[in-house]
Amino acid sequence: MSDGSTTRVARRSLENDAFRVVSARDSLITRLRNLWNRRELLFSLIRSDIRIKYKNSALGIVWSMLTPSLFLAIYWLVFGEVLKNGIPNFVVYLFAGMIVWNMFNTSLSTATGVIVVRSGLVKKVSFPREILALANVGAATFYFFIQLGVFGAYLLLVQHSPDYAYFWLLPIAFLGLYLFTAALAILMSAITVYMRDMEHFILIILQLWFFLSPVVYSYEHSIAPKLHVWGVAWLYFLNPITLIMLTFQRAFYVATTAPSTTQTVVVHGHAVPLTLQILPSWPMSTYFYLDLALLGIMVIVFLGAEVLFGRLQGNFESEL
Amino acid sequence: MTTVIKVEGISKTFKIHHERHQSLKERMLHPRSGTVETFNALKDISFSVDTNETVGLVGHNGSGKSTLLKCICGVLQPTSGQIHLRGSLAALLELGAGFQPELSGRDNIFLYGAMLGFSKKMVEGIFDDVVDFSEIENFIDTQVKFYSSGMYVRLAFAVAVNVDPDILVVDEVLAVGDERFQAKCIDRIRTFQDEGRSILFVTHNADQVRAICDRAIVLDGGHMIADGPTHESLRIFREHLMDSAVEHDRSGLLASISIDSITTPSGSFDVRSGAGMHFDVDITSQSAYSGNFVMEIFTRKGLLISRSDAKGSPVNLTPGKNRVGIDLAQIPLLDGIYDVNIGVVDPRGNTVIAWREQAASIQVTYDGREGGLVELGAAIRQQ
Repeated sequence: MSDGSTTRVARRSLENDAFRVVSARDSLITRLRNLWNRRELLFSLIRSDIRIKYKNSALGIVWSMLTPSLFLAIYWLVFGEVLKNGIPNFVVYLFAGMIVWNMFNTSLSTATGVIVVRSGLVKKVSFPREILALANVGAATFYFFIQLGVFGAYLLLVQHSPDYAYFWLLPIAFLGLYLFTAALAILMSAITVYMRDMEHFILIILQLWFFLSPVVYSYEHSIAPKLHVWGVAWLYFLNPITLIMLTFQRAFYVATTAPSTTQTVVVHGHAVPLTLQILPSWPMSTYFYLDLALLGIMVIVFLGAEVLFGRLQGNFESEL
Repeated sequence: MTTVIKVEGISKTFKIHHERHQSLKERMLHPRSGTVETFNALKDISFSVDTNETVGLVGHNGSGKSTLLKCICGVLQPTSGQIHLRGSLAALLELGAGFQPELSGRDNIFLYGAMLGFSKKMVEGIFDDVVDFSEIENFIDTQVKFYSSGMYVRLAFAVAVNVDPDILVVDEVLAVGDERFQAKCIDRIRTFQDEGRSILFVTHNADQVRAICDRAIVLDGGHMIADGPTHESLRIFREHLMDSAVEHDRSGLLASISIDSITTPSGSFDVRSGAGMHFDVDITSQSAYSGNFVMEIFTRKGLLISRSDAKGSPVNLTPGKNRVGIDLAQIPLLDGIYDVNIGVVDPRGNTVIAWREQAASIQVTYDGREGGLVELGAAIRQQ
């Protein structure tokens, strides 16, 4: 590549430059290197994505906080107040799960159709195609951090103190979340080129997925007892989002057990609140090993998605 | 001289789905249906481009030239073969393809620069040049969706030529913009040539190739049928065009008229500068046809010196042998060899009925002292 310092008059000699090879199929290493080399494009696309989204709206970037807050309020009202799931301090619990969910949800719902939507670009300009999907994940990551900031402000406001001892696990969990989201995003964007239904299908899947993740209910209280009867609690953890949410909830929400706000038991003639098991009572090391294992798996999943994308993109031009 | 593009045995096969099942339901219902035909857009193409070279890629529509260009730019993956590239490459496959209509011109310059593979820092360095070249200073902070199509194209071209690429790939984009901007683009391309960069230029406009390229590659039906000096390649290209026109002509008119030969009474095509010349053109026709007659004279470098026709009085061809005479009253050309193209064209338009590219070469000898192409008989004296 040109180093930018060349002047118009004296051309740099290209004699010592290595040849780049364009061939039928690039190896995974080459493709990862290309991705890395084009990171400036990725950041440019992320920036323009964010800019375009709120360009002509009066509230601008505030929408990226307003929409999730509204959902938060609805879920709090429906699941906390109307259906009374009994989780004390429900807003904090909900918030911790929601920021994880929003990152995943926003990425996938925008990235799935992105190659079809931007087919004009794909057919005319050369760049690693997965960058388009990764840019959507990048924009969602940006919103994630904004929401994290809002969450922090909320915690200060209600004077809820998180368990700082667990904070060092958050980057590991987040990296796992990022890789998983990115892997699915690039895969879905490629599959949509061949099956346009995916764009609609993914929305239904995401709806289902939301309720398969412990956002509006407690895994330990509502799901675990039922699955333990059958000895298949591990089934629930096939959803990688679960573990990531549990880690976030453990760090921010803290309490593994809490007195219920709605259910009581009678002890010595007095009604006392029932103690609820909200989060798994694992030691910190269990969280660490599980998150680390998840991260390891997600690295492999991401590489696998890259390989599959490489195969799928070979025929893009005849489908777009 | 360093090779910057090396194309080795590139082939590209497209699958053509006659029934496209892109929805889930259709895929389920017809898992293997829909006839798939393969189409070979490129067949075993090999060539290389050095620094300091401007290569034209010519071919009629569907010849595979755009596919080849897309493979070189990395937009398409070749089915087999390899392409080696050296140095940075800026491709203008479609001007403004990477623009985001919602963003301002300023933002788009950076985005487009990034898409062409150049760093933010570098784009910052050339930002003023880009704005200057595109002539849209006043609208640089306006959203691109409000631009006129001319402004859009100018901005895109300005980015691509200012990012300092080692290789510039241009696909028929010079057809856009007004005449003044086109001239500006051609100027910039010439500057590129002077700086020793490589340019790969795709067009089906033979005049543009002649004007810009040192070398031309001709593609036809995915095959490379010529690779050589511009005038050589263009001759092959024109002959090929004629051949395929004859093949596709349903009326049979094109096949029925052929230019057999061009001769001079003396048998020699040598002429002294300033003297006149007479050509006899023998044409065989199988039917009666009344058409226009065209003659072009080119320099060996491909510069068109003169194009003349029968000036409104048609040439009436009768079945059998015909002879058409061309009188050149005076040939004021200077020393050199000049190529003559002749042809019969439709009287209303320019549809070529019969054509001979480089039908003859005139050798002009000149012993005067003027320089350039023609002797104008200038007399310079003090008054």
